[in-house]
Amino acid sequence: MEELLEILENLHPEVDFSDCDTLIDDKILDSFDIITLVTEINTEFGVAIPAEELIPENFNSAEALYELIERLQDED
Amino acid sequence: MLFTSYEFIAFLGGLFILYYILPKKCQWVLLLIGSAVFYAWAGLRFLAYIGITTVTTWFAAVRIGAIQATGNAFYDAHKKEMDKDARKAYKAGIKKKTRVWFLACLLLNLGILAVIKYTDFVIDNINAIFSAEISFLSFALPMGISFYTFKSMGYLIDVYRNKAEAQGNLAKFALFVSFFPQIIQGPISRYNKLSETLYAQHAFDPLQIRRGLLRIAWGFFKKLVIADRLLVAVKTLAGSPEEYQGAYVVLIILFYAIELYADFTGGIDITIGVGEIFGIQMEENFITPYFSKNINEYWTRWHITMGTWFKDYIFYPLSVSQPMLKLSKWSRDHMGKAVGKRVTVYIANIVVWFATGLWHGAAWNFIVWGMLNCVVTVASYEMEPLYKKFHAALPATNRGWYNVFQMFRTFWLMGAIRILDVYRNVPTSFKQVGSIFTTGGWGSIFSADIAKLGLTGPDYTVLFIGCVLMIAVSVVRYRQKDDIRANIEACGTVAVTAVILALVFAVLIFGAYGVGYDASQFIYNQF
Repeated sequence: MEELLEILENLHPEVDFSDCDTLIDDKILDSFDIITLVTEINTEFGVAIPAEELIPENFNSAEALYELIERLQDED
Repeated sequence: MLFTSYEFIAFLGGLFILYYILPKKCQWVLLLIGSAVFYAWAGLRFLAYIGITTVTTWFAAVRIGAIQATGNAFYDAHKKEMDKDARKAYKAGIKKKTRVWFLACLLLNLGILAVIKYTDFVIDNINAIFSAEISFLSFALPMGISFYTFKSMGYLIDVYRNKAEAQGNLAKFALFVSFFPQIIQGPISRYNKLSETLYAQHAFDPLQIRRGLLRIAWGFFKKLVIADRLLVAVKTLAGSPEEYQGAYVVLIILFYAIELYADFTGGIDITIGVGEIFGIQMEENFITPYFSKNINEYWTRWHITMGTWFKDYIFYPLSVSQPMLKLSKWSRDHMGKAVGKRVTVYIANIVVWFATGLWHGAAWNFIVWGMLNCVVTVASYEMEPLYKKFHAALPATNRGWYNVFQMFRTFWLMGAIRILDVYRNVPTSFKQVGSIFTTGGWGSIFSADIAKLGLTGPDYTVLFIGCVLMIAVSVVRYRQKDDIRANIEACGTVAVTAVILALVFAVLIFGAYGVGYDASQFIYNQF
């Protein structure tokens, strides 16, 4: 989780990612950010997030994103 | 059958009466018949195109759904007996079987769209490059082909991704594809969203119907009182670029921005309002786009369903595809983190904007328009850290007045790019925008010369009042979640009825009809 928070904070240092669950709804993360995240996660965690998982529910909070990574790691 | 025709009013009235007289279970069937009549009105021969897309997409989605259902049932029953690798291999096997149907259907339908819409453009370019004389095929463009193809392919992708259930009833699916209010200019609805209300049984709900009528009346007002009136001046200015340069180009940027907004959002208001009088809800396609503070925000507020279609079905899949991730990794290893981070986003962005330009029309002006949007989007992304530093250093720039400046800047920037749509010629467009900085004429546009553009003093007065109303409605929408109808409804039924009647009278009295006007197609029909 700390690794993920570091990636997110590098993207938007001004946001408190540990306490935000409206990252997409409040337009804090845009489509460019999401793709940057996917490539960073692929490098750091070795997980390829498929296009069908790029939905607001999976990216609205760091927690939801971490759960997605764990689920995909488990499926791998 | 144009929305702004007497035929359409009669058609809608007849359909509305039957819709609430006949048993509720017939409602969706009636809408299908209505949609078929509406489509056939444009020419019976066009029914074949939409028919092929409907049947092939329906069949492929049903096959994909069946393979997934059988495969998933077997997987659920036997997954405990399989190890991790076997589970993965089994799932990959299901995907492979569905992929055949998915790709065949996708290629067929996008192929039809490509051949019909782009063959002559390709021939034209081949002729120009190789001095050849290949004859044009001159296919007639079936009504709404870009819209219904995208809507159908969105559904197919959703089924393939297991995000939507395949519709087993061909007639119900045909209604989704051909639903008449949105066939000619969107919104490009998602199946999951539209099907929630499209097939449901709807009771006669006066509140909902008044709400729909109010939106329809406002749509007609924007289209006939504002857009079609301004069209006269826009045509005059665009028709003689040599004569109208400098300040006149600024004027045409402003006029076209207003005309396109009133035309396109007016059409969408009619579409959404028609849906509402039948109890059917559609996605918003515009949310105060001219109040956007930057280009990225603009594209989340203008033609929203098209933007999300390109994002969900092209930008994301392309960006996260295996080759792109590999390219990103390679770039990161060989050219550094900064390049590796950007390469996928940039390539996908270029592809999406090229496709968006091409979707708007088979011409270079649309492609250049798309690529200019791409450049500004990327520049805006790159300059974001700089903007953040700027705002942190000057806290005053976070206040209201600076927001207004940002809106003003975005409005004119998008307007300047949109000029390619006005002149429909790339060199002319650049030349005209360049003339703003080299040619004067500012006195002329503030003099009696402005009356030579085909509009009279009273026309400008009507336009001014119309624009003030549009801005007021937009300000209310910008400040609250719901549109202005919530405020009018809060004043009671009489107020709603009075506003509807006022708009109808305004359209009848001030609508741009007759000699000198061309109350023709909605601009977006052609896309």
